[in-house]
Amino acid sequence: MLEDKSWGNRIFNAANIFILLLIAVVAIIPFIYIIAASFTAKEELLNKAFVLFPTKFSLEGYKYIFSNNLIIRSIGVSIYVTVVGTILNLVFTSFMAFSLARRDLDGRQFLMLVVLFTMLFNGGMIPTYLVVKEMGMLNSLWSLMIPALISPFNLIILKNFFQNLPGELEEAAKIDGCNDLGILFKIVLPLSLPAMATFALFYSVTHWNTYIQAVLYINDSKLWPVQVWLRQIVIVSEGGFGDAQYNDTNTAPPAQIVKMAVIVVSTLPILFVYPFLQKHFAKGALLGSVKG
Amino acid sequence: MRKTLVSGNTNQTITSGSSRSKVKSERLSRILKNRWLYILLLPGLIYFLLFKYLPMWGIVIAFQNYQPFLGISGSDWVGFEHFERFFTDEKFWLLLRNTSFLAVLNIVFFFPLPIVIALMLNELRNEVYKRFLQTLIYVPHFVSWVVVVGVVYIFFSTEEGVVNQIAAQLGFEKINFLLSKSWFPVMVTAEVIWKETGWGTIIFLAALASVDVSLYESAKLDGAGRWKQMWHITLPGIRSTIIILFILRLGQFLDTSFEQIFLMVNAANREVGEVYDTYVYMTGIRQGQFSYSAAVGLFKSVVGLVLVLLANTLAKKFGEEGVY
Repeated sequence: MLEDKSWGNRIFNAANIFILLLIAVVAIIPFIYIIAASFTAKEELLNKAFVLFPTKFSLEGYKYIFSNNLIIRSIGVSIYVTVVGTILNLVFTSFMAFSLARRDLDGRQFLMLVVLFTMLFNGGMIPTYLVVKEMGMLNSLWSLMIPALISPFNLIILKNFFQNLPGELEEAAKIDGCNDLGILFKIVLPLSLPAMATFALFYSVTHWNTYIQAVLYINDSKLWPVQVWLRQIVIVSEGGFGDAQYNDTNTAPPAQIVKMAVIVVSTLPILFVYPFLQKHFAKGALLGSVKG
Repeated sequence: MRKTLVSGNTNQTITSGSSRSKVKSERLSRILKNRWLYILLLPGLIYFLLFKYLPMWGIVIAFQNYQPFLGISGSDWVGFEHFERFFTDEKFWLLLRNTSFLAVLNIVFFFPLPIVIALMLNELRNEVYKRFLQTLIYVPHFVSWVVVVGVVYIFFSTEEGVVNQIAAQLGFEKINFLLSKSWFPVMVTAEVIWKETGWGTIIFLAALASVDVSLYESAKLDGAGRWKQMWHITLPGIRSTIIILFILRLGQFLDTSFEQIFLMVNAANREVGEVYDTYVYMTGIRQGQFSYSAAVGLFKSVVGLVLVLLANTLAKKFGEEGVY
């Protein structure tokens, strides 16, 4: 490309680079501050409002969290829901996508319509709640996994992905007498490992972040995922509004440092998988459009 | 899909009785041959029927006085009673006003931002720097709303919040961002901007990458400057993407992010913060008025569906592709 070296252009470039850098800093600085502050001793936090590089370290916040059984338990609940939920998501989504991807499936177009319509219209919160209730899933961790088993959006993207796989291998396997189940497990899934990994990451982020489903379906605080505790500790104790009560009466009210530590603990897994996620969506792996 | 249905029908009407049964047996043998496909399809299909279509059927409780112990078959039918109650309640206008205000703020202040930032990123010549910036600005998308609102509480609460502490040190008065009616829409919109702007650029960057590079070369030879290139090549190149996303956004006009609002609303700002979803939650789940809240939810879903279809037709009229 020809490059225009005029002064106007140079100023434009410099300003552009600078403004974008500023935006990136705004996006990331709250995390850095909270991580730094969560390790800072109380005195320093009280003297200086804004700490990015603490001089006095303290693990007080984390000690509080990891001595609180309910919080440790909720981390366990979140891990369980994330792992089991993601496996179920992948099994259900890939099975259905595999059969919808096949052109010789009778009623395929009708089935696609059945899927697409759910993206346009849904029963809404109350009827869905009643279905979950009728199935006896209230106050059970299944309510966090089963009602969101298949994302129609992911299903269609995966279906399109399967359709675009080279057909020759499948044909060859068929001639060798392999049935469709064999084709799925021996050919299609092994060829789709990167795509499956991407979906696994996206589904698991959704499960880790799940909050409103727990508010709707789970009353028993022993089954609360970590996001619900995060809200109890950081937001409810602050605003003091009584939508839900803070049950843990035998410990001191959490200070700012505890709040920050809880935020770090409930965000860290996301930041940890982020580089792996980023590798995939940067390539546009998930941008296969819903259209078509 | 219509095409195949029609051709299927004509096949069956034209063919005589004996070959009709032949078509049927062919289909049967094909289905038998593909039996694994159907077995693999079944779990997903059952999921869609149970958790997507059964709730749609459950909407009928909006026309009943639904009693959980009587079930749908045992509850009384009341016609449009709940809708009448809702439309004549002053709450209806309050919810419409709150939701619309937040939606308009979102469309005016949030919607254009990813486009602008995608254009800015597109102007960067250094690929490494560009990728570095992208990596950073996508991060907030992946954290939960609880974390976002939690971070906002850490920064903006009156006593311990960093912003107010700094303001106090500089001699300003403390502002109660989180318990204030006038700040509520600002905070909500700002949170959406912080969380989703970076992620929103992805789809525009993909569209920008598909703009034909040779167009820029020839424009340069014709003496077009940077702004002219942007105006005459780049923007037309991503126009249809912008329109499609705008359509989708309009279709979700009433869909304020439930989780976010739920977390931000409190006793002090409920008057400006209550939206359809939080109202459905309060009246339905909390107070157990299942039928009434289902009616409110149905109103919202139907308006949403109509808005998407309307916006889509509109886009097609203007010569764009549309979504459906």
